[in-house]
Amino acid sequence: MTEQDLVRFVVKEARLLDEKRFDEWYELFADDGYYWVPAVHGQKDPRLENSLAYEDKFLLKLRIERLKSPQAYSQQPPSRSLHVLQAPEVEDLKELKTRTNFIYTETRGDESQRYAATAWHTFGLQDKELKIKLKRVDILNCDAMLPSIQLFL
Amino acid sequence: MGRYRENPGALLRLVEDDRVHRDVYTDPEVFALEMERLWSRSWVYLCHASQLPAAGDFVTLDVAGKPLLVVRQADGGIRVLMNRCAHKGTKLVSAPSGNAGKTLRCPYHAWTYRLDGSLAMIPLREGYAGTRMNEKGLAEMKHAEVYRGFVFARLSESGMEFNEFFGDSLSSIDFLADRSPVGELEITGGCLRYLHNCNWKMFVENLNDTMHPMIVHASSAGTAKRLWEKEPADKPKPMAVEQFVPFVSGYQFFDDMGVKAYPHGHGFSGVNFSIHSAYSPIREYEEAMHRAYGEERAKHILGTVRHNTIYYPSLTIKGAIQSIRVARPLAADRTLIESWTFRLKGAPDSLLARTVMYNRLINSPMSVVGHDDLHAYRSIQEGLAADGNEWVNLQRNYDSSEKEKKEIVANGTSDLSMRNQFRAWQELMAAE
Repeated sequence: MTEQDLVRFVVKEARLLDEKRFDEWYELFADDGYYWVPAVHGQKDPRLENSLAYEDKFLLKLRIERLKSPQAYSQQPPSRSLHVLQAPEVEDLKELKTRTNFIYTETRGDESQRYAATAWHTFGLQDKELKIKLKRVDILNCDAMLPSIQLFL
Repeated sequence: MGRYRENPGALLRLVEDDRVHRDVYTDPEVFALEMERLWSRSWVYLCHASQLPAAGDFVTLDVAGKPLLVVRQADGGIRVLMNRCAHKGTKLVSAPSGNAGKTLRCPYHAWTYRLDGSLAMIPLREGYAGTRMNEKGLAEMKHAEVYRGFVFARLSESGMEFNEFFGDSLSSIDFLADRSPVGELEITGGCLRYLHNCNWKMFVENLNDTMHPMIVHASSAGTAKRLWEKEPADKPKPMAVEQFVPFVSGYQFFDDMGVKAYPHGHGFSGVNFSIHSAYSPIREYEEAMHRAYGEERAKHILGTVRHNTIYYPSLTIKGAIQSIRVARPLAADRTLIESWTFRLKGAPDSLLARTVMYNRLINSPMSVVGHDDLHAYRSIQEGLAADGNEWVNLQRNYDSSEKEKKEIVANGTSDLSMRNQFRAWQELMAAE
């Protein structure tokens, strides 16, 4: 695995989200992978402390399937997102860890919200393929009062 | 000149026995009057004593537009002070929580107060000699009460006493605290802060509205149910599935759940059972409860699984989940909903993990359940701007005799809880 492989992966991952190719995005996660958005700066524990999101693949699937549902009333009109990434940095090639600063915009109808955030990816190999073990997203103002955030940072 | 401030009759006419006028949700003047009257005359939830373990520990918050400072005293008591320097009005502390040490010192001119709010020191005090200054210190909210760790205050000088205001509805707090084998709660795990662009009453009313979950949560809980049904039958059911699926129970389930109303707007749904009744037992915890209370009493506590209890207007609790949601109104169409989680002292961590998961799945700004709820409230907020029908319907299972009764139990899908809240609204909004 080269640094370039990890960087390409992170860029592609964000692109799949912004193009709403959620089923393909879902496949990027390892079977035991998690998506985590802490509610507190520097949060250590997703299990016994409140997070904005901490989801295994079942819950990610639920989120994705819900977005397809005509009964997802809060998606009328649907939300859109754009990740503007800074060049991902490989924190540790052996441990397969990257750090990526980004600006995230989520819009819906006339409303728009914008966050500065850092994504921490930890990868693993599953059947020789690179998969996400953990994607942690630290929103700079994660402890502010927040409106509905409906897509994936 | 306002339409309502100078016209008390018009204000009270916004509420009828079985319907309310849209202005109670949309009108900025009505909102201002709610803050001055309803929110000042009620006992409003401030924080939990477990957030203030040591002397000098404080929590700050705004209630009815007033900056408050709740602070643990050296003698172990808790006082509620106005977070406003007697000099220029500066907030003494700005952090949401922290420890002040032994004194509160203003960051502007260093006027310094003891933890009880009394004035300790002013730099170059002699400069005030011969002036009419007679500062006694920080204003104190004298009407404060701590009930099993829940700290409440009534801001207005006159009004109902704490026990009269809440009455027997306090049993829901008791049942929550008694779920700890030692009868004590500790707030832990931080707070989820979800901005709702709607009136505070829509949120509070919705908690005992049982005609919406099967519709509003079809996309989330319904999808969870559908996905789970595709899994192999022998796969152990994840906690998340246990928590989501009951939201899409049928009308009969919610009707049989029952709802109870107490005087002054309080009440709960889930008299007989609730969406939390069928969770898998956590054996280690149940054994600790049996040891602490004896089998019969433990069974009674654990079998009491009320859905949502409303401590009108600010606090809503879920005893069976050990979490609370607190309404903090910001404007007629803006409300902060804070969701907090409790550790039951003496219970295993697996119980706290269940509490925290529920809070994250249901109450987070990223919750798929919350998204559809908030969408409904926001749609009402926008819909009520339309002329043509000025009234909001509260008629389901209306019974004119319910006005005369103190405590009422009804079928779970009744609008009783909402009518009961608006009867309190009328009572608390009257001009003095």
